[in-house]
Amino acid sequence: MEVTTKSMPYEAFKDNEYIEGLVKELQDGGVNVVVGTFDKLINWGRSNSIWPLTFATSCCGIEFVSLGAARFDMARFGWEVARASPRQADFMMVAGTIVNRMVPVFRRLYDQLAEPKYVIACGSCAISGGPFRKSYHVAKGIEGIVPVDVFVPGCPPRPEAMIYGIMQLSRKIKVERFFGGVNRKQKREDFLNSHPVEDK
Amino acid sequence: MANIKEKIAQLFPQATIEGTEEQPLVSIADAQWRSLAKTLRDDADLQYDYLVTIVGMDWTDSLGCIYYLMSSKHNTMLGVKVATTDRQKPMLHSVADIWAVGCLYEREVYDFYGIIFIGNPDMRRLFLNIDWVGYPLRKDYDENPELNPVSIENERQSDTTDTYVEDDKGNVVKREVNVFEPGDFVVNIGPQHPATHGVLRFRTAVDGEEIKKIDVYMGYIHRGVEKLCENLTYPQTLHFMDRLDYFSAHNYHHALCRVIEKAAGIQISRRAEVIRVMMDELSRIASHCLFIGTYCMDLGATTMLFYTLRVREQILDIMEKTCGARMTFNYDCIGGVMQDLAPDFQADVKALIAVLPKNIKEYNKVFTGNVIAKNRMEGVGVLSREDAISYAVTGPSGRASGWACDMRKLRPYSIYSELDFNEVVATEGDSMARFKVRIAEMEESAKILEQLVDNIPDGEYCVKVPKVLKLPAGRWFEVTEGCRGAFGVYIESDGSTKPYRLKLATPCLPLAGVVDHITRGSKIADLITIGGSLDYIVPDMDR
Repeated sequence: MEVTTKSMPYEAFKDNEYIEGLVKELQDGGVNVVVGTFDKLINWGRSNSIWPLTFATSCCGIEFVSLGAARFDMARFGWEVARASPRQADFMMVAGTIVNRMVPVFRRLYDQLAEPKYVIACGSCAISGGPFRKSYHVAKGIEGIVPVDVFVPGCPPRPEAMIYGIMQLSRKIKVERFFGGVNRKQKREDFLNSHPVEDK
Repeated sequence: MANIKEKIAQLFPQATIEGTEEQPLVSIADAQWRSLAKTLRDDADLQYDYLVTIVGMDWTDSLGCIYYLMSSKHNTMLGVKVATTDRQKPMLHSVADIWAVGCLYEREVYDFYGIIFIGNPDMRRLFLNIDWVGYPLRKDYDENPELNPVSIENERQSDTTDTYVEDDKGNVVKREVNVFEPGDFVVNIGPQHPATHGVLRFRTAVDGEEIKKIDVYMGYIHRGVEKLCENLTYPQTLHFMDRLDYFSAHNYHHALCRVIEKAAGIQISRRAEVIRVMMDELSRIASHCLFIGTYCMDLGATTMLFYTLRVREQILDIMEKTCGARMTFNYDCIGGVMQDLAPDFQADVKALIAVLPKNIKEYNKVFTGNVIAKNRMEGVGVLSREDAISYAVTGPSGRASGWACDMRKLRPYSIYSELDFNEVVATEGDSMARFKVRIAEMEESAKILEQLVDNIPDGEYCVKVPKVLKLPAGRWFEVTEGCRGAFGVYIESDGSTKPYRLKLATPCLPLAGVVDHITRGSKIADLITIGGSLDYIVPDMDR
C-alpha cells in the first residue's frame, strides 16, 4: 500500500490519532518512520555540537584548558572544537574578569559571533566582578554588556561545574523553537536595542 | 656593605642614607638623580645593573619614586628615593636610557601617579586608556564611576606619543612623536588571539614578513589590585596573590606572607616552612608542565598538551587534597599555612616523583628532539645576557640567556639555603634554551621535593598571630622567586591595619617589555615562538 501525505485529509494534520495510525500502518509495512517536529531534529543536532570561542582573560581560562584535556574531556559532549574566530563559534565562555578597556573588544567579539549565539558567564568575575568588584577598572558583571544565558559560579569554577553549565546551555537549546514561535531571539533584540553601539 | 654607604656619601654628599645594612635607602634630589644613577650602574664597586622595580609613591605632601636596584655581580641591593613636592605637574628625570626596563616602569608610574619623566621617549599611559580621568593610585583620586564609565564604545586610539625634553635653558618642552614611522605597515595582533596567552595586544609594524617594531598594548586585564589592597587589612590582601600569576599562586602567597611576617616580627614554625617550600616546588612543576603544553600547542604540536596536563592534574590532585581547591588555593597565611597536610600527602608526592622522570623523557622524545621543533626554536629570538639584565628579564627566560638570577640562590629565603639543587643556566639565549631550562628546572624541583618529602618535621602548622594585625610604620621590600621570575613585594605601612602602599613587582611586565627588542628583524611567524617561550601571564603583568 502506498501512503502519501496527499492522501491525508487537511484536518488530519492536526489529528494525533490519525497520524499515529498512519505511522503504525507504515511500520507494519516495513518502513522505518519517526514522526517529530523539525525543531526537535535541528535542536538535537545543535545541542550536541556547540562550539566554544577560544576566549579567556584570566584564571577561569586555565580551567577551561583542563576541560579540554584528557581527564575532563569535553569532546565527549561535542564541545571540543574551540574556535579562535568568533565567526565560527556558537557560544562564548566568558572565562575571567572583564575590565573597562576590554569591554568594547568583548562586545565586538559578541557582535561578531554568528547567530544563533549564546553566552556563559563563567566565574564570579564575569557574574559580578567577583573579588575585584570594588576596583576602579573592572566591569561589575557582564550582564549589562551582553545578554547572558547561563551563569556558572565559582572562583574559578571546577571543570565539572563548567560541564554542568554547558549542559544547561544544551538543555536550553533543546527547547528552543528554531523555526519560529516564541524564542529568545526577540528578547535579545530588545536587549541590543536598549544597549546600542553608535556608528561612527 | 658599609663601604657602599660611604662611597655614595663621599660622591654625593647631599644624599641622605638610611635603611638597613643589607638594603640601604638613598634619598636624593631629582637634580642629581641621573648622575647618581649613572654612577650606580657604571662604578666597578657598585655595578647596580638590574633595576628591580620602580615603586611610585604618594606621600600626600609629595609624590615620588623608590627605585630598587640589584647588582648582578656583587649581589647587593639598594633603594633610591626621589621625590617632588609639585602635585600639579610633578616631574622627575628619566632613567630609561640607563636601564632599558625603566621605560616601561616609568610609564606605569605615570599611569598611576601622573609623574612625568623628562627624557623618557614614550610617555603614554600603560594600562588605562588615553582619556582616563585622574591618576588612580594617588590618595586623592576620585573613584566616582561617572568620571570613567564602563563604555562599549571603542577607546580613542593614537598613533603619537609624548616625550618631554629639556632645552638649553633648562625648560621642559613637550614634543609629539610618532609611534611608527609614516608609511609603516602595521598589523594588529590581539587582544583576542589564541597565541598571545591572554588578552595582550601587539601593534606590529612589518616590512614584508620581517618585524620592524612592536608596540605592546596592555591593560586589557588591569584590575587595580594594588589600589584594592590599600583598603583591605593585611590578611585580606593575600587572596589576590592567587589571581595574579595563577600558576605561581603558592609562591606569591609565600612572598607576601614573608614580607608581612618579617615586618610584624612573626617567626613561623619549621613545619610551615617545609610545607610552603614543597608547595612552591609543586607549583613550579605544574606551571612548567602547562608552559610546555601550551607552547608546543602554539607551535602546532597539540598532542603535547594532553601529555603535560596529565602530570599537572596529578599535582592539582595533591593540592586539592590539602588545600581544597584546584587553582585559587589561598593556602599560605600569615603565621604559616591554613590547614595541615592531607594524610596521604607524602605518598602522593612520592608517586609524583616516581613518574616524573619517565614523563620528562617522553616530552623530550616527542618534542624536544623533533626536527620541526628544532628548526622553529633554535636561534630564534636570541637575547644576550647584557640585554636580559638591562630589560630585567628574570626567571627561566633570564637564566636561558646566561644570567644566574634565581632568587632562591642569590637571596636564599625560607629553607632554600639548606637544600641541594642546581641553578639551571644556559648560554644560548634562544627560544630552545628557554624551553630546555624549564624542563631542567622541573627535574631540580623534583630533587628538592625528594629531599623534603620524608623530612617534614612535626610541629604546629600555623603559629598564633594577633587577630588584628598592625604593622609598625616603615617600609619593606623583598624579592623571591616565582615560577616566571623575580617577584618583588613592597609594603609601606603607616602603623595601621591596612597597607599604605602595597606594590607588587611582577616578573611578567618586563617579559612583555622585551618583546619589541627581541623580535626586531625576525619573521612574523617567530613572534608566536618568541612570545610563547617567554611565557608571560597577562593578568600578572597587568595586575
